[in-house]
Amino acid sequence: MRNLIDQSFAFQEKALQVRGYRQQLLASNIANADTPNYKARDIDFKKVLQMAQSGQGMAMAQTSARHLDGGSDSGIAGIKPMYRNSVQPSIDGNTVDMNVEQAQFAENSMYYMTTLQFINGKIQSTLAAMRTN
Amino acid sequence: MGLFNVFDIAGSAMTAQSMRLNVVASNMANADSVTSANGQPYRAKQVVFQAKPLNDKMPSGANGVVVQKVIEDPSPMRLVYNPNSPYADAKGYVTMPNVNVVEEMTNMISASRSYQANVEMMNTTKTLIQRTLALGQ
Repeated sequence: MRNLIDQSFAFQEKALQVRGYRQQLLASNIANADTPNYKARDIDFKKVLQMAQSGQGMAMAQTSARHLDGGSDSGIAGIKPMYRNSVQPSIDGNTVDMNVEQAQFAENSMYYMTTLQFINGKIQSTLAAMRTN
Repeated sequence: MGLFNVFDIAGSAMTAQSMRLNVVASNMANADSVTSANGQPYRAKQVVFQAKPLNDKMPSGANGVVVQKVIEDPSPMRLVYNPNSPYADAKGYVTMPNVNVVEEMTNMISASRSYQANVEMMNTTKTLIQRTLALGQ
C-alpha cells in the first residue's frame, strides 16, 4: 500500500524537483545580471522531466566508490543546463536579459505553486479514500 | 531542499550589489578630492563581479556572485586650470580625480535595481517554500 501511495506521488514529486532546480538556475541568472561574461542558462523543462521520470540524469554514474555522487540533495545532478540565446547581447559578454529572466522566474514560480496545488488535491483525495468506510 | 540555494544566490548578489553601491558612494564623495593618503589625487574604483558556485551542494549551472576584486579606473585624470591651487603643476593645471559623475549615477541606479530584483526573488522563493511546507494541511 505504501508503495502505491509513493507511486501516485512520484510524478508530481519529480516535477517539483525539476521546478526547484529551474528556480535555482533562474535565480542564478538574475543574480549575475551584472557579471561580465556570464552566460544565462536554463533547462528544457519537458525534456528534463522526461529524463527524471525515466530515471536518467537523477544521479551521476559512479565507476569508483571514491567518485562524487553529485550531491544527493539536488537530485538532478548530471543534467546539463543549456545556454540561452540572448535577445540583446551586451558589450561585456553578459547574456542575461533581465525582463526575460524575471518573466521566466515568475512563470516558474506559478508552475511550482500549481504543482503544489496538484499534490494537495491528491493528498485530499487519498485521505478521502482512506476515510470512507 | 534545493530551493534554499536561491537564498544563498540572492544573498550573494545583494552583498555584491551593496559593495558596488559602496564603491559608487566612495567615488561620488571623492569626485573632487585633489589629494589622498598617498599624496596622489583620488582614482575612481570599480568592482569586478564573478559568477561562482557558493557551495558544493549547488547543482550544475547555479552560481552566486562574488566581488572578485576592486580595481582602480585606468581612465585619464581630469586636468583643471587653477594656478592658485597649491597642487597646481608648473603650467597651472591641477590633476583632479577621474570620477565620471554621470557614470556613477547610472551605476548607482543599476545597482539599486539589481538589489531590488534579488529581494523580490527572495520573497517569491520564501512564499514557495512556505507553501511547500504547508502541503497537505
